[in-house]
Amino acid sequence: MRPPSKLRRFYESADQVVVTDKDSPPRLMFFGEDFLVEDLPIGTKVIFPNPPVAGLPNVKAAIRWAINHPEGCDPLHAQLRPGMKVTVAIDDISLPLPPMRTPDVRQLVLEVVLELLADAGVDDVHLVIAIALHRRMTGPEVRRMVGDRIFEAWWPDRLYHHDAEDPDGLISLGATEHGEKVILNRRAAESDLVIYVNLNLVPMDGGHKSMSTGLTNYEGVKAHHGPHTIRQSWSYMDPPQSALHHSVDRIGRLIDQNLNVFHIETTINNRMFDGPLAFLMKREEEFTEMDRLKLEGLRATLHALPKGARRKLLQSVPAPYEVIAVHAGRTEPTHQKILEASYGQYMVDVDFQADVLVYGMPYISPYNVNSVLNPLLVQVMACGYFFNFYRGKPLVKKGGTLIIAHPCSDEFDPVQHPSYIEFFHRLLPETRDAVALEQKYEREFAENPTYVHMYRTGNAYHGAHPFFMWYWGENGRQHIGRIIVVGADNEHVPSLMGWETASTLSEAIDMARLAHGRGAEIAMLHFPPIVMTQNPG
Amino acid sequence: MADNRKAAFFDVDGTLVRTNIVHAFGFYAMNQGTLFGTAWRTAKTVASLPFLWAADQANRKVFNEVFYRFYEGQSEDRLLTLADELFEKVLRPAIFPGTEKLLAQARRFGCRVVFCTGALDFTVRRLADHLGADDLIANRMHFIDGFATGRVVPPIVEGAHKAVAIRDFCGREGLALGESFAYSDSFSDYPMLSVVGHPAAVNPDIRLRSVARAYEWPVISTQEA
Repeated sequence: MRPPSKLRRFYESADQVVVTDKDSPPRLMFFGEDFLVEDLPIGTKVIFPNPPVAGLPNVKAAIRWAINHPEGCDPLHAQLRPGMKVTVAIDDISLPLPPMRTPDVRQLVLEVVLELLADAGVDDVHLVIAIALHRRMTGPEVRRMVGDRIFEAWWPDRLYHHDAEDPDGLISLGATEHGEKVILNRRAAESDLVIYVNLNLVPMDGGHKSMSTGLTNYEGVKAHHGPHTIRQSWSYMDPPQSALHHSVDRIGRLIDQNLNVFHIETTINNRMFDGPLAFLMKREEEFTEMDRLKLEGLRATLHALPKGARRKLLQSVPAPYEVIAVHAGRTEPTHQKILEASYGQYMVDVDFQADVLVYGMPYISPYNVNSVLNPLLVQVMACGYFFNFYRGKPLVKKGGTLIIAHPCSDEFDPVQHPSYIEFFHRLLPETRDAVALEQKYEREFAENPTYVHMYRTGNAYHGAHPFFMWYWGENGRQHIGRIIVVGADNEHVPSLMGWETASTLSEAIDMARLAHGRGAEIAMLHFPPIVMTQNPG
Repeated sequence: MADNRKAAFFDVDGTLVRTNIVHAFGFYAMNQGTLFGTAWRTAKTVASLPFLWAADQANRKVFNEVFYRFYEGQSEDRLLTLADELFEKVLRPAIFPGTEKLLAQARRFGCRVVFCTGALDFTVRRLADHLGADDLIANRMHFIDGFATGRVVPPIVEGAHKAVAIRDFCGREGLALGESFAYSDSFSDYPMLSVVGHPAAVNPDIRLRSVARAYEWPVISTQEA
């Protein structure tokens, strides 16, 4: 028979919010390309992810059903006619994270759609990877995403990247009632039908954001990614409360008035790891001896490897995500259904706001697949994405303390992030003020011919991208009073970002308690995998 | 359109085209008008290659001075006439696939496009016109009575003098050095790259690649479209 204390823990384990007590095990935290195992103070509320929602048993059947039973429009086959011009836009490598095990859901959708187009006699078809200002993918990355058969047949003549700097490849559709410029990929705009093949990793993705962001240029992105818009977005994961999404929706509606867009939206569960790394999906209470051994083995291996090899090792593990929903049709009703599925996977109800919020920073973000999570991207994850993993009230109180764990090495990838280097080392020492940076330097970077060349012919993010990364953390920076980074291997990177440092988590918590008192409420978002909170207040 | 505030300075050989000044001279050597003349010039050039290579390794300035001696005695008319053919047969096919895109970007964002090369002006003039350069900073051959003396009109455009030439050009034209760009493939152009606000290494040699990494200069390629 279980002793009473175990019984209590058993009861709590059914809840996603676990209150730390004296018997609680230390918690596993991401620490860049490493992991930390840390004890948390008694009373800390640890918010665990929901278990993975069951995947669809037959994804291709679900795709066929969705395009035959679309939301708010005729089925796809009924919209096709021989000789028409069709553009299929596809989300890029920025999601899911880590990249999913093959076949990627985009490959599955494309296989169904391209067969349907061929059967309908539609020959003028281009596949455009909707990268916006993201980097171009490498050939092997594209091959992995769409599969060998499609890659061999379509790349690079009819399967290619959107080019946000091709003056002849863009067209203006005018402006919204709020003055937002609507600029779109010309091929898509001049098509009889655009089919957008999307993957929602989190509720921020998809909907109008797909077309209005993925297929536009710098001016188009600038319309909704500026610091003022970001400061009014509470949160990105809650579109009705996000000024960013309001703007994107206005642009998207104008696009829908001008173009026939058929969305095929998909979303996945949170099964980020399995096999030898399946223990990363468990609560520490459920760890077996073998799981502890695996964890120690993984940490010992990572410690023994040089940084590059460590990165390669971690990034080479694909995620066993499963597709949990596929819907198709007009933008808004389709996206609404996908949002419901996504919320069902990620949202954990909470009824409190913490004084101190703790989370570990992973090795990957949407912008460093097969690359380094540089300091600017650490900031994006800390103040942008993870802070915004909520609906209703933020998990941390206004003016609260955020504690993150990451080495914050001063390391950048000159191939993927050349403009980040200049942004970080030349601009941040001058100011961290997002508005000042926007007004003084953003256009200079956007119109730097070297960065534009690297974006267009190499695998570099656009020159203006680091600005949008900095703005992306703006709502987090406005809300959070103080950020303490645990385990930084230098002082200047945290200092440039306005962060304090602590060598251990307990030291960071002591620092936070000095401000918030001994009774400070502490919460931890337990990654991996993804977890979000909802607190309607 | 250029806004008279910034310029983009491009080295030519190895940066925009895959040829170098030896290719140009080789073309002239092999087109001497007479069989004997061609054979003599070609043999002389080939025989000198090890020496030229050594000179280039030691000092680009010495290399240029030695190399341009080979032009001694050539008629100006012939050099100018053959320049068109040199462009069509040698330079034009050697333009890198990404060159025009890089130049177009510089123009689109308001840069004066200036070629800054150690080559002789008559050998790259047609290329500069073809690629739409606004200005050309290049070496000029000294002629007496219509024949080349083998000496270049000083100051010779190479290495540190490229930086001086660029600085003078900006001063003269009212351009901001700090807002200007420079592109080169060679470590010998380190001064030219250092003098502007936005340097970039293009298809760099090992030494320049190393410097670019150290100074966090972007490294780009024109070898792909």
